[in-house]
Amino acid sequence: MAASDFRRWIDEGGEPLDARMCADLVAPEEPEREDPFAQPHPREEMTYERISRWSHTRGERLLRGIYCAVAVLVCVGLSALLIYTALDLPQFGGADALVDNEVSRFYVEEGLEHTGAVNIISGIILDFRGFDTLGESHVLFIAACTVLLLLHLPQGDDPDSLRMRMAAESDDRHFEPRHDPILQGGARVLVPLLIVFGAYILLNGHLSPGGGFSGGAVLGAGMILFLCAFGFKNAERFFTFKTFRAATTAALVFYALSKGYVFFTGANGIANGISAGRFGAILSGGLMMPLNIAVGLVVACTMYALFTLFRKGDL
Amino acid sequence: MTVKLMEHFEEIAALILFGIGFTNLLLNRNMMKKIIGFSMMDSAIYLFLASYGYIDGRVAPIIASESAPLEVGMYVNPLPAGLVLTGIVVSVSVTAIMLALTVRLYRRYHTLDIDRIALLAREANAH
Repeated sequence: MAASDFRRWIDEGGEPLDARMCADLVAPEEPEREDPFAQPHPREEMTYERISRWSHTRGERLLRGIYCAVAVLVCVGLSALLIYTALDLPQFGGADALVDNEVSRFYVEEGLEHTGAVNIISGIILDFRGFDTLGESHVLFIAACTVLLLLHLPQGDDPDSLRMRMAAESDDRHFEPRHDPILQGGARVLVPLLIVFGAYILLNGHLSPGGGFSGGAVLGAGMILFLCAFGFKNAERFFTFKTFRAATTAALVFYALSKGYVFFTGANGIANGISAGRFGAILSGGLMMPLNIAVGLVVACTMYALFTLFRKGDL
Repeated sequence: MTVKLMEHFEEIAALILFGIGFTNLLLNRNMMKKIIGFSMMDSAIYLFLASYGYIDGRVAPIIASESAPLEVGMYVNPLPAGLVLTGIVVSVSVTAIMLALTVRLYRRYHTLDIDRIALLAREANAH
């Protein structure tokens, strides 16, 4: 195939490949849209006409110019004021910056003993401030749910749902998969690497830089790349709306239950039976690794769900 | 003055970025560009906060070996990093919701110009 294509390309000059790419991009026939806003109401049209005519007169342009000038002045003034204030702050990188603070002193000097996490920042966000991170995961989850509410299209086969799906923009699924050799070749190499690297960051969150949020973002990026290269049909073999629901709910419930257990036992002065583990071992840091995995699952699923919802397809 | 400016270069970079984002928010009528300006302001604030955790000549707060002394003077401040992480996650969520609302507005009014949307909405209410 390649040799004859190349010969034809030499002989005819760029035609066959371009033609095939164009053929891939032709959309299937679409029924006529019935959109009340595509054809504006005559009165609306008149008003808009009048206003746009007025907006092209000199007075309106002057007003716009004054607005721009004032806006730029306000912004420059605000930046200058902020920079002037920043000059009085302690020197950047100086030893007196924020370090003389008993909170950070406590975290650095006693964090390892209390949490067993070599990475002090992981110890802070998953242990000392674990309740806060639980709320943070819920913020992500609620954001994904809100986007789902706003952008999810009705899935039924009745004419109303079908019309709504057509009337929303033409679906990206019609064009899939694109069989782009560069994207697919790149994805074949990168997707396994990204998944493995994401899992590594997740599992080592308490030992090295990383953790649930960064590892989950890398995992999500790997899944998004897979979706871009191989299309919705292939991606749905391992990730559908049901997977999203099950994975995020299970992760959040596990997080809430385990943190609730630790808080309950801690508040009542009962030993919780979770050991901090040996220094630097993969299973050290108490519940930190399972919690990191839960947070990473929520982040990866949310990233992927947001991406599919913002594309013209649907989750 | 110049010496002071040099001493605070990272904060000043963050504040200039903040100013650019704010100008973008005020001057652009396109909703997408407004959201980009908003995200720039977010990032500027995180850069500003994170830069205050840094202290010259100290290492990241990860304990390298069991025998390493646990002393606050050895590590940079771990608190800003933890706080900024929370902020980044929340700003991602807020950006996602703003973009979803913009998509809904576009589906209804077929424009991203905020003045035009306000006009059309007022027209629709008047009927």
